[in-house]
Amino acid sequence: MEANVEFPLAHTALDAAARRAAVDDALRRTGLSEFCGAYPKQLSGGMRQRVGIARALAVRPAILLMDEPLSALDSQTRELLMEDFIRLLADGAMGAVYVTHNLEEAVRIADRIVVLSRRPGRVREVVTIPMTRDERGGIDARGKLLSLQNELWSLIREEAIDAEREVQHA
Amino acid sequence: MPSARSSMLDRAPSQGTQPDESKPRPVEFRGAGFTPSAGRYSGWIALALVIALWQLAGSAGWVNPLFLPPPSAIAIAMYKLAMSGALWQHVSASVIRIGSGWVLGTVAGVIVGFGIGLSTLARGVGITFISALFPIPKIALLPLLILWLGIGEEPKIATIALGVFFSTAISVYSGVDAVPRNLIRMAQSFNVPFHAIVIRVIWPGALPSILAGFRITASVALLLVVSAEMIGAQFGIGAFVLQAGNLMQTDQLLAGVVILSLFGLAVGKLINMLEARLLHWR
Repeated sequence: MEANVEFPLAHTALDAAARRAAVDDALRRTGLSEFCGAYPKQLSGGMRQRVGIARALAVRPAILLMDEPLSALDSQTRELLMEDFIRLLADGAMGAVYVTHNLEEAVRIADRIVVLSRRPGRVREVVTIPMTRDERGGIDARGKLLSLQNELWSLIREEAIDAEREVQHA
Repeated sequence: MPSARSSMLDRAPSQGTQPDESKPRPVEFRGAGFTPSAGRYSGWIALALVIALWQLAGSAGWVNPLFLPPPSAIAIAMYKLAMSGALWQHVSASVIRIGSGWVLGTVAGVIVGFGIGLSTLARGVGITFISALFPIPKIALLPLLILWLGIGEEPKIATIALGVFFSTAISVYSGVDAVPRNLIRMAQSFNVPFHAIVIRVIWPGALPSILAGFRITASVALLLVVSAEMIGAQFGIGAFVLQAGNLMQTDQLLAGVVILSLFGLAVGKLINMLEARLLHWR
């Protein structure tokens, strides 16, 4: 697993010690340090996804592109990883472009949500969340987030219906 | 759970057809799938039984020993062959041919297979030629190869190499094709250089298929070495078996066959070990 995280670094100019440090840091930030020597077959789906994220973090990117990172996971793992993302983004050192169909993920993780239309994929609306991510953790934020979620849903509901019909026809 | 089932059957008449709703009814797990597992000893016992029966048939005079010599006669023939030194001469001649032919064919096959798996041009050209040439029974080329390379070891080795080459190339390129594209894309998105993607992503990903190919090519090599040696060779297991047949020495003939079987088994074990070593991450 370490080798998996180190893989993209192996062909950079970094020396072994710097690579080691970057890998350790990435593993620590994704909570994987204790599973260093494990093989992918020994890891759960959530941990495998974390390894992928650790691998991306190890190159110290300015922006992380995540395309539906939680879509293949069960709901508990999804919840845990969402908390991880919120923690990872907390220090503001790294930005992220996060693609999702899940509105709850959108309103909990994003600062700004760009709603895209169906093909040809134009920007329909840009919604800014009026709270910091810390504020969203509180119980009183629940209602606000839920109404935001509903607002977003009303924006895309018609299109979702069309998309569904299209799939049925295909 | 046969006991639970029989107890249910026992009480069935007294309660009519109504099942007892108040008690949880034990249900046998039915969804285990068909998972036959080879027992540890059953195979050996069956083998021993067949050999014993065969021996009995020979000793009791049920079959003519000329047509089916008993295992004891075969063992004696093998012992004599080993003592006279002829066994090693034949075995080593065959092993050298198989070894060099297999290595040549495998190296070329792996290189061409990777070429086909990785390059569009090589794929177009390579698949055409492989499809055209793969179905040819390679032993049919032996006379031509003898004309080209002269009488000696070269045409036999070349026949084996050709037979091994095509199977290897096919299993390598299908292995390369089967490497998950996501893994390759991941490496590309991290700007990993081409050679590193080939060595660290594609090679391990294709390895299971390549090793499965080795299993096939090992038997192809064995088949071809025997055929080639039957067509023209002084030494070698194939030549030995043919010679024994011509002299009606069926005990020696079968001794040669047993050696071939043992050789095949040994190669199979070797590949098992290789798989356990190289694919332990699976």
